[in-house]
Amino acid sequence: MDLSMKWLHEFTATSVSPREYSEALTMSGSKVEGYSFEGEEISKVVVGRVDEIVKHPDSDHLVICQVYVGSETIQIVTGAQNLTVGDLVPVALDGSTLPGGIKIKKGKLRGVASCGMMCSLGELGLTLGDFPYAIEDGIFVLQENCKPGDDIKEAIGYNDTVVEFEITSNRADCLSVLGLARETAVTFGGSLTDPQPVVTEHGGNINDMLKVSVTATDLCSRYMARVVQNIRVAPSPRWMRERLRASGVRPINNIVDITNYVMLEYGQPMHAFDYRFVKDGQIEVRRARDGEAITTLDGNERKLNDRMLVIADTEKPIAVAGVMGGEYSGIMDDTTTIVFESACFDGASVRTTAKALGMRTDASSRYEKGLPPKLCKAALERACELITLLDAGDVVCGQIDEAHFDSTPKTVKFDPEWTNRFLGTDISREDMTDILSRLQFTVDGDTVTVPYFRTDIEHKADIAEEIARIYGYNNIAESCIRGSASAKVTDEQKFERTVGSTLLALGYSQIITYSFISPKLYDKVNMPEDDSGRRSVVISNPLGEDTSIMRTTALPSMLLTLATNYNNRNKSAALYEIATEYIPQGDGQLPIERKKIMLGAYGDGVDFFTVKGSVEALLKQLGVEEYDVAADADEYAYHPGRTAKLTVGDKLIGIVGEIHPSVADNFEIGTKTYTAELYVDELYAVRSADRHFSPLPKFPSVTRDIAVICDIDLPVLSLEKAIRTGAGALLESIELFDVYTGAQIPSGKKSVAYAMTLRSDSGTLNDKQSEKVMKKIIAEAQKLGAQLRS
Amino acid sequence: MKQQLEAIKAAADEALRAADSNQLIESVRVRFLGKKGELTAILKQMGSLSPEERPLIGQLANQIRADIEREIAERTAEISAAESSRKLAAEKLDVTMPGTKHPLGKKHPLEIVLDEVKEIFLGMGFEVATGPEVEYDYYNFEALNIPKNHPARDTQDTFYITPNILLRTQTSPVQVRVMEKQKPPIRIISPGRVYRSDAVDATHSPVFHQIEGLVVDKGVTMGDLKGTLAEFAKRLYGEDAVVRFRPHHFPFTEPSAEMDTMCFACGGKGCRLCKGEGWIEILGCGMVHPKVLSNCGIDPEEYSGFAFGLGLERIVMRRFGIDDLRLFYENDQRFLNQF
Repeated sequence: MDLSMKWLHEFTATSVSPREYSEALTMSGSKVEGYSFEGEEISKVVVGRVDEIVKHPDSDHLVICQVYVGSETIQIVTGAQNLTVGDLVPVALDGSTLPGGIKIKKGKLRGVASCGMMCSLGELGLTLGDFPYAIEDGIFVLQENCKPGDDIKEAIGYNDTVVEFEITSNRADCLSVLGLARETAVTFGGSLTDPQPVVTEHGGNINDMLKVSVTATDLCSRYMARVVQNIRVAPSPRWMRERLRASGVRPINNIVDITNYVMLEYGQPMHAFDYRFVKDGQIEVRRARDGEAITTLDGNERKLNDRMLVIADTEKPIAVAGVMGGEYSGIMDDTTTIVFESACFDGASVRTTAKALGMRTDASSRYEKGLPPKLCKAALERACELITLLDAGDVVCGQIDEAHFDSTPKTVKFDPEWTNRFLGTDISREDMTDILSRLQFTVDGDTVTVPYFRTDIEHKADIAEEIARIYGYNNIAESCIRGSASAKVTDEQKFERTVGSTLLALGYSQIITYSFISPKLYDKVNMPEDDSGRRSVVISNPLGEDTSIMRTTALPSMLLTLATNYNNRNKSAALYEIATEYIPQGDGQLPIERKKIMLGAYGDGVDFFTVKGSVEALLKQLGVEEYDVAADADEYAYHPGRTAKLTVGDKLIGIVGEIHPSVADNFEIGTKTYTAELYVDELYAVRSADRHFSPLPKFPSVTRDIAVICDIDLPVLSLEKAIRTGAGALLESIELFDVYTGAQIPSGKKSVAYAMTLRSDSGTLNDKQSEKVMKKIIAEAQKLGAQLRS
Repeated sequence: MKQQLEAIKAAADEALRAADSNQLIESVRVRFLGKKGELTAILKQMGSLSPEERPLIGQLANQIRADIEREIAERTAEISAAESSRKLAAEKLDVTMPGTKHPLGKKHPLEIVLDEVKEIFLGMGFEVATGPEVEYDYYNFEALNIPKNHPARDTQDTFYITPNILLRTQTSPVQVRVMEKQKPPIRIISPGRVYRSDAVDATHSPVFHQIEGLVVDKGVTMGDLKGTLAEFAKRLYGEDAVVRFRPHHFPFTEPSAEMDTMCFACGGKGCRLCKGEGWIEILGCGMVHPKVLSNCGIDPEEYSGFAFGLGLERIVMRRFGIDDLRLFYENDQRFLNQF
C-alpha cells in the first residue's frame, strides 16, 4: 500500500521526517518498506514562458525559442511543434536532472546554442492520465496557476511524499488512507478527523429503477447500491489525480477515479455499472452457472463455474463479485446513468475465484482479507459525495441495502491481570484502557467492544497484542523462562552425529541435495520398469519435471552431485549425505521417510576397497561389528561383479560397490565411481551401544602365518570364518596379507595367506598349544577344500 | 722401568689421538692393555725389581693403566658423538617441503551453522524434535490457525501431493505433533527441510531449511520470548548484538513479532546490506495463539507459550558471505572445501 502523505494529512497531522515516521509506524505495527519523494529525480526544472519563436536557420524542423525563466531569458532550441508565444512550459535548465538519470547540459543544435530543454510529460515521468489536457508528443504546455521561475514540482503538484507499507494479511483496514491515518494518530498521539460524508440527492427514486436480490447470502453479507443520473464523464480534478498517482493508480475519468479513490481512502472496493447494460434494472448476486462466461474489463473472456459468485442481471453475469467487472457494463464516454455497488463478499470465496481465474486485483486482495459489512455504507456515501463535489452527475434519492449480517458489535473479555501475566508487563488498567480507546475500542467494565473495522480481533490475546504494540514491544522487559530445563540429545541423534564425524574424519565431505527428483533418473540408474522403487510420492503441482517426484532412492542425487563435480573438472571427490528417501504407503497415508547414509567417491586412489574400507571403519565406529558380507550381482545400478551386500541376520544393512559403467555413462561420469548405501534405522537397531573394558593382556602373544591354496572362487571371508572357528577363543586377530594366483599355483586355485595373533589370558602359549590350534585351523580350512600351502 | 712405563703412556696417548674410529681405539686397547699388550708385558717383568721399587713401580703402572682406560673411554665418547653428528647431518630434511596430504572431510556450511544453532539452544534447555517432511495439510496449516483459503497461505506457495497431503512449508507441524504428544513443559527446536514453490535463483530455492522453536509452560510471557531470543542472538552473533522486536502478523501467534538485529555493517545507520533500514530481519516469533494451543489439546487458560522460526540459508549466506543460494545444493567439492 502506497500512502500519499498529502492525503494522510487531510485526516491527521504529522510533523516528523519521513524516516522517523516510517520508523514509528513500523514499530507500532504497520511495517514501512520504504518511502520516496515524487519527482525526486527532477532537479533544476522550472516554469518558463516562451517569449519568442524563430525558425532555425539550418534546419526545417527545429525552432529557436527565447524562454523567460524568472531571473533571465535563455535560448532553447527545440524540435517541438506545439509551442506558441506566451506558453508556460517546464524548462530543464543547464545542469538539471530528469527521471531515468538523464542530465541536461548546455549545448549546440546545428550550430545554435541551446541552454536547456523544454520538457514533455514523459520526460517528467508523467502520463496523460496525470494531465489530460496535455499532449503526448510535444512540450507539456502548462495550464496551471504558476509563473516563470517557479519550481516545476511545486507548480504541478508533483511533490508528494509516498510511504510504502507492507500490510499484513490480518489488517485489511490498513489498506486504506483512513486506516493508516488511524494508526498514525494513535502512534503519534495526534487527533484524527473522522469524515462524515454527506449525500446530496436530486430526486427520483432508486426503487423505481433498480431491484437487487441476493441469492447467495452465505457469500454476500451485504449489497448496497445507489444510482447516479446525468453522468458527465470528464477528467477528475488535479487534486484527485495527484493522490491517485501518488497511490500508484492511473487516473482514467471522474467516475472510475471516484471508485478507485473511495477504495484507497476507505479500503472498500467499489464498482460502477453502466445502468443501460443492467438488463431490466435487476441485479442478482448469485453463484455462476456452469458454462457461463464473462468478458472482464481487461478484455479477457473468463469461464465461470458454480463455485464463483457473480453479479448478474436477468440474463447474464455483469461482474465477478469482488474481483472484476464486465467489460460490457463498464463506464464509457456516453454513459448517462450508473449504479454504484458497495458490497461485502466472503473473503475465502473471492480468494478462490480470483485464484481460479488467475486475476488478483486491488479489490480481490482487499476482500480476501475480510472486510466488515459496515464499511459498505460510508464508502457508498463518500462516492456519492464525490459525485456532487466533482459535479459528475445527480444522485437519485434512496439507496438499496440488502443486508444479511449480524450488526452487533463484537466484544472480547477485558482482563488486565491476564494481559500483564501474558506479556510479562506491569501496565495499569488505566493505561490499557487509554491505549484501547485511542484505537477506538470501547472498554466497559470487563468488556471490550471492538470497532467494526477490526475484523481481526477475536480473542483476549488479540487485545494483548493491541496493548503491547502501542505500549511498545521494546518497552517490554526481557526475562528468562522460569523453571528448569534439561535438554538431552537422544541416542538416535548421537548416532547420527557419530556417522557425520566419522565420515568427515575419513575424508568425506557432506552434501545436501534436493529430495525431489525427475522420474527420468530412475531410468538413468537402470531401475527396472516394474521395480517397486518407481512408485513415488508425486507432487501434483511441481515447478518442473526435474523436481516432480519425491525420491525413493537417494542414489541418483549422489550420482548427480558426483557428475557435477566431474563436469566441473574436480579430479576427485569423496562425498556423503544422510539422505531421506520417501516410500509411498496407502492412499491418504504419509510416506515412510527413510534415512540412508550415502557415500560416493571417484578419483585417484579410490577403488572398491577404499570405499568398502570406509564403510567398515564407519560400522566399527558405530558399534556395528557383527555383519555378513556377500557378493551381490543383482543391484541394477551396480557392477555385477564388484558389489557387496552387508547383512545382519536376514536384514540388509547396506550395499557398497562400483557403479555400473552404463549408469556412470548415463550420468556422464567418465571414471570409475563407487558408492555405498547404508540404512540408518537398520544400523541403529543392530549396533551395540555398550562398550566394556577388557583388561590389557598380561601374557605375550604368538604370531603365526598360514597360507592355503583354495578354489579361486572361494570368498576369502569364508576362509576367514573357518579359521576363526578353528582357532576359537585363542585367536586375538586375523589379517589377510596376501592373495596370489600365478606361477606355482595350479590354475583355478589361489593362495591366500593370513597373519594371526594368538593369545591366551591364562598364560604364555607354548609351542604345543599353538600347534594344536594350527591343526584345528587347517582341519576347518580343509572342509572348504583348502590345503595348506607347502 | 719407570722410563719404559712413561714411554708406553706417551705412545698410548699418541696412538689414541690418531685413532678416529672405534675399531682403531680397540686396537689401541689391545696393543697396550691386552693380555699380550705392552703394559702387560712390562708388568710381567715386575719380579726382577727390588722390593723397594716394586710398590712404587706397581703404583705407577696401575696409574698409567687407569689413565689409558679413561682416555680410551673419553676418546670413544668423542668419536661416537662425532659419528652421531655426521649421521644427523646426513639425515637433514628440507622441512619446508609440504606435509603428506590427508583428505579432509568438510561439513556442509549449512550444517556448520545449524550445529551451532542447535548447540546454543541445547545449552538453553531446548531439545531437538523432528517430524515428517511430507505432511498432512492439517498439521501444516489447519492446526496452526490457517484454514483453507486463508490469505496467509499465499505467502507460502505449497507443493501438494493430494488435496490433504503436502510438502511442509514450515517446520511448525513438528511443534503441533509435539504438543499433541507431550504435556508441558515443552522446550524444543525443530530444524529441517521445508518446501515452497519458488523457482530457483540466487536467493530462492524450492527446498530450504528452517529452525523453529517452541516453549509452552505455565506462566510463559512475552518478556520470556524477548529474553530468550535476545540471548540467542547474542550467542550467535556475539555479546554486542543489538536486537529489536517489531510487530508483525502470523496466524499461529498472537502477539506476533519479527526480531531484527542492528546491521553489523553500518551499526544501524543504513547501508546497502540492510537496504538502508539499519536493521536486518532475523526471525519471526510470537506468543502461541490460544487457538493453536486448544487445537493441540493444551488448555490456553492454564498454559502459555512462544514460538519462533528462522531461515537457515539466509543466516549462513550472511555468515560466510555467500551470494548464491544454489551453491548450497550444487555441492561442488571446491565450494565445500572452503568451510
